[in-house]
Amino acid sequence: MIVYLLCFILFLVGLYGVITRRNLVKIVISLSIMEFSTFLFFALVGYIDGGVAPIVNPSDPAKIYVDPLPQALVLTAIVIGLATTAMLMAVIIRLFRKYKTFDIREINNLRG
Amino acid sequence: MNPLIPIFVIVPLAGAFLIMILGKFFRDVNKYITSLILLFLLIISILALINTGDNISVYKVGGWEPVNRVPIGIYMVMDGFTTLILCIINLIGFLSAIYSISYISRYTSENYFYSLFCLMIAGMNGVVLSGDLFNIFVFLEISAISSYALVAFGVEKNELEASFKYQVLGGLASFLILFGIGFIYWKTKTLNIADIKEVFNTGYDKSYYLFVQILILSGFGLKAAIIPFHAWLPDAHSSAPSPISAMLSGVLIKAVGIYVIIRLFFNMFDVSEGIAVLITALGALSMAIGVFLAIGQWDIKRLLAYHSISQMGYVVLSVGIGMILISRGIKQEVAVLAIGGGLFHLINHAAFKSLLFLNAGAIEYRTGTRNLKEMGGLARYMPATSSTSFIASMSISGIPPFNGFFSKLIIIIAAVMAGFYLLAALAVIVSIITLASFLKFQRYAFYNKSVEGKETYPKEVPFPMVFSMVILSIFCVLLSLLAFPQIRDAVLTPAINILMDSAKYSSPILGM
Amino acid sequence: MKGMTVIVKKTTQLIAGMIFLYGLYVIVHGHLTPGGGFAGGVILAGSFILLILAYGSDYLKLLQEESGSTLMENIAIFIVLFLALSGLLIGTRVFFSNWLPKGTVGELVSAGILPLYNIFVGIEVAASILTIFLALIIFKEEISK
Repeated sequence: MIVYLLCFILFLVGLYGVITRRNLVKIVISLSIMEFSTFLFFALVGYIDGGVAPIVNPSDPAKIYVDPLPQALVLTAIVIGLATTAMLMAVIIRLFRKYKTFDIREINNLRG
Repeated sequence: MNPLIPIFVIVPLAGAFLIMILGKFFRDVNKYITSLILLFLLIISILALINTGDNISVYKVGGWEPVNRVPIGIYMVMDGFTTLILCIINLIGFLSAIYSISYISRYTSENYFYSLFCLMIAGMNGVVLSGDLFNIFVFLEISAISSYALVAFGVEKNELEASFKYQVLGGLASFLILFGIGFIYWKTKTLNIADIKEVFNTGYDKSYYLFVQILILSGFGLKAAIIPFHAWLPDAHSSAPSPISAMLSGVLIKAVGIYVIIRLFFNMFDVSEGIAVLITALGALSMAIGVFLAIGQWDIKRLLAYHSISQMGYVVLSVGIGMILISRGIKQEVAVLAIGGGLFHLINHAAFKSLLFLNAGAIEYRTGTRNLKEMGGLARYMPATSSTSFIASMSISGIPPFNGFFSKLIIIIAAVMAGFYLLAALAVIVSIITLASFLKFQRYAFYNKSVEGKETYPKEVPFPMVFSMVILSIFCVLLSLLAFPQIRDAVLTPAINILMDSAKYSSPILGM
Repeated sequence: MKGMTVIVKKTTQLIAGMIFLYGLYVIVHGHLTPGGGFAGGVILAGSFILLILAYGSDYLKLLQEESGSTLMENIAIFIVLFLALSGLLIGTRVFFSNWLPKGTVGELVSAGILPLYNIFVGIEVAASILTIFLALIIFKEEISK
């Protein structure tokens, strides 16, 4: 039960970073920390007591394997997270060229 | 198994990468490939709407058959509700693609635009066709990342800032959804929607699933821009190029926001009264706050974006009333009327809001400004734009005989018959304020005299843009025929039947 | 952009080939050991990025390289889609089916069509990560000009 609580604390740390940081790059890194906590939670959900890694060895079949479905889901989600971070980084570089600053309080052209 | 189902996802996906390969060698081929692909998708989605009726078709990807009646593998499911949303997606997509033939010629690198457009269509088709939770997440991300890139397409200051805000909030929404999926998997050990319903029939822990329902409502509410999750919508929808604004506001917030909320809360979770009251309250707040924030706007596209929030509030309100009546177990025929009114308003809003955004794009194409105080007297020079804009404004305000009147009437009648007199009065007041706001839009844009004498008079926009706007305005008039019983039974009633009785959704899928 | 010092250049000369080979190993053995298309593709891209960072490159060569890697990425994903569609034509008529003969468990040439998927997905992921890196580097070069 302690490990699930640690996942939740990691999610809250990431959320704190997104809300209070002023630098654009720090906001993106905090968003990444939030997504990693979700992956950790998913991988922990599939654990069965006393299980081994789900790789079939034909000469020595084990009795209990850990659930392999969440591991496949986490692989897909890691790639999606990579695409999101790359997209954010591209927009940040172009923002720097237009506004000449990385501070989010200066970038408020749209209001109302 | 119906072999038509994966075609909806494969064809735009292949087209997106084909455009990138062939676009290096030939110059004009990207427009024609996109238009042909979307025309093909529109024809087969209309065929699917006519053929499906009350039956459900299932496609098992990879051919994995169920073991001991437990479905393994990925299922793609098509039923009455799905084909309705598929028709909306492909119709608005086709008309936006035709519109953007002449609009996007002002930007450089058109290859990327058409390729991202096809990817977005593939993602949205995948969300409505999937039968298990994780596929919804993957296709949702495909369409969301394509829309982030499309909002920032013309790289100016406003568009980049709007895209950044949209991306951070959209990423937060995706991780909330993933957390919710993790909690569901922990208890039920399966990801198939029909199978989760079977597991819920045996044991259901109310407090645990209340937490999960709040997480999923927050995640998809951020994607659908309900109050209080609306902060990204005015910036993103007003800074994007106009055909993309029409697609975002007309289709994306419906196909990946409202559709998934309706599907999961009616067909998967047990309908509980607390969540139903919460959804109704959020709908009522969206209606009121959206229209009050929209009155003081002088930028055309920001005005239309705030009105999107308010009209989505109508849909969420009527669906919430239906949920309350189902959970209490009384007045089932009023629940049918409420859900039917909500779905009818969903279809109508796609038609007239897309038409309004295309009109705003046409005005900006010719006059170069988006501020209502700087334009005037356009009705003499742009006849097609002004007449279609008049039809769309009358539709959104609820004037007979256009389609907005019938759907709002059904929602108000359902609210009165269910006993919620305050909500019906709120709906009428919001409709009147919408009428006032759009009369202001019409007067300042088209019928006011020009402020100073202009040297060059604006002409009418090119033919592809006129074609899209005229076809959409014809649909605005034709869709009011959906109120008649024969046509409504063919189109809307299969969708309502699947939602009212969730055993009709899960038992055929597990039996196949 | 300028390259790095002599020590980094000499180490890269020795190591880059081994990283490339290790990436290929992880891709091809995807159905026997952990790894597969995604992880192997990232390692493969890492070897190219190491070469570009250590030796430096000027602006026009980077543009040429980027157009080449974009083309390679699109062709690779097109072949993956074509392989998935070939299940519709041969064998049982479903999308994504596994129609080559499956051998014995634990051999290198077994498990039907899965190793082919792994190889082409690996090429695609490597090309796309190289494209992302090159696009960001080219933009930085444009700013400093």
